Amino acid sequence: MRVTLTVNGEVRSADVEPRTLLAYLLRDEFRLTGTHVGCDTTSCGACTVLLNGVPVKSCTVLAVQADGGEVMTVEGLEQDGQLHPLQEGFWESHGLQCGFCTPGMLMTAYALLREVPDPDEETIRRAISGNLCRCTGYQNIVKAIRYAAERLSAAGAVAGEVK
Amino acid sequence: MFPAPFEYLAVRSVEEAIDALARHGYDAKVIAGGQSLLPMMKLRVAAPSVLVDLNRVEGLSGWQEDAQGLRIGATTRHAALERARPLAERYPLILATAPWIADPLVRNRGTMAGSLAHADPAADWGAAFLALRGQVEVQGPQGTRSIGADDFFVDIFTTSLAADEIITAVRLPRPVGHPEATYLKLERKVGDFAVVGVALNLEVDPEGRVAQAGIGLAAVGPKPLRAPQAEAALIGQRLSFNLAREVAALAAEAADPTSDQRGSAAFKRDMVRVFVQRGLESLRQRIEGRQPASA
Repeated sequence: MRVTLTVNGEVRSADVEPRTLLAYLLRDEFRLTGTHVGCDTTSCGACTVLLNGVPVKSCTVLAVQADGGEVMTVEGLEQDGQLHPLQEGFWESHGLQCGFCTPGMLMTAYALLREVPDPDEETIRRAISGNLCRCTGYQNIVKAIRYAAERLSAAGAVAGEVK
Repeated sequence: MFPAPFEYLAVRSVEEAIDALARHGYDAKVIAGGQSLLPMMKLRVAAPSVLVDLNRVEGLSGWQEDAQGLRIGATTRHAALERARPLAERYPLILATAPWIADPLVRNRGTMAGSLAHADPAADWGAAFLALRGQVEVQGPQGTRSIGADDFFVDIFTTSLAADEIITAVRLPRPVGHPEATYLKLERKVGDFAVVGVALNLEVDPEGRVAQAGIGLAAVGPKPLRAPQAEAALIGQRLSFNLAREVAALAAEAADPTSDQRGSAAFKRDMVRVFVQRGLESLRQRIEGRQPASA
């Protein structure tokens, strides 16, 4: 089946089998390998992308279901060579070690900051409870998200506007 | 991991979906959120040859309140219910249960109707649906009908839906008194299926007596269970510590758990007792907080 979707602002098309999962369309067809496939069983959240603005596990959405939709992957965060404040936060606060969960964490956090620009620790921890990290113990991920929230509020913008 | 190959039908209307189901029978599966079905298809536990996707059918998403109660469209996501603050007053069990389902990412995609149709005995909505005396609106080639919660679940992963029927909405009756509700869940790790889940919904009259009681149990039987004797013991009563203890013991008797890697049958049954007592105690405090002290 032919699917056409907007990925990080760019219209992309591919021929896929109905059983192709969105994560594999992004990685294998569009070569956007920033989206990681971790558990492949709807548990770890490494494959999180925004589908029509909402964070979902792209290993558990069919590519054909995303047809006509808008997808944002981790590659869409950086703009004109500038890291997104979230990416900067993960760098500055050591929010990653092996980095495998990071793309999913970033996309979940991006959606969180758009909905709740100034989240407290509890809110952050709840928001990322579908994203597993096996290195950091989450402590620095929470700090990284707080860093981004502060940076964004200081810039007088919410994540969605900075994009 | 990939599902086995299937034919994909992105239907545009309920009629089109029913038509597809009527043609393909048990070879076809309806998909809404797909957060249970797709993992099962990837593990090849399920291998439908036709997938009928309801996501592009207009008018199936969202909830509406009317004089009879609440109507939740079939493709309404868990996350939409979790954020439905206007429901807090009349349907608090919805807001109490939703945040316990899987994790936020799954809740962005999964649906209540899909969860009910899937009929996993450990699902959180099943217990809440029973406690609230819900109904599903169903459409098939013969027209529409509605199925009450007590008649809906048949066995593990089995409901009374026919192969060519689709849930179009979940209906919950308007409460007869002031509702207080809670959902208690024991899970091995965050986002996991319930080891034990207990949904409690009490509707209280102006004198503080229980006018309607709902106790739904998750993961302690081949299907979500209701505890009718425990509920009956609450009717017409004011909650007290002793009554809660009595009701909790009755609810534990209604459980029908099996031993597995999540715990022994005896442990699960006892957790039902503990959760019902704990939950009723928290509801008692809320109810008394609203009543004049002399009552």
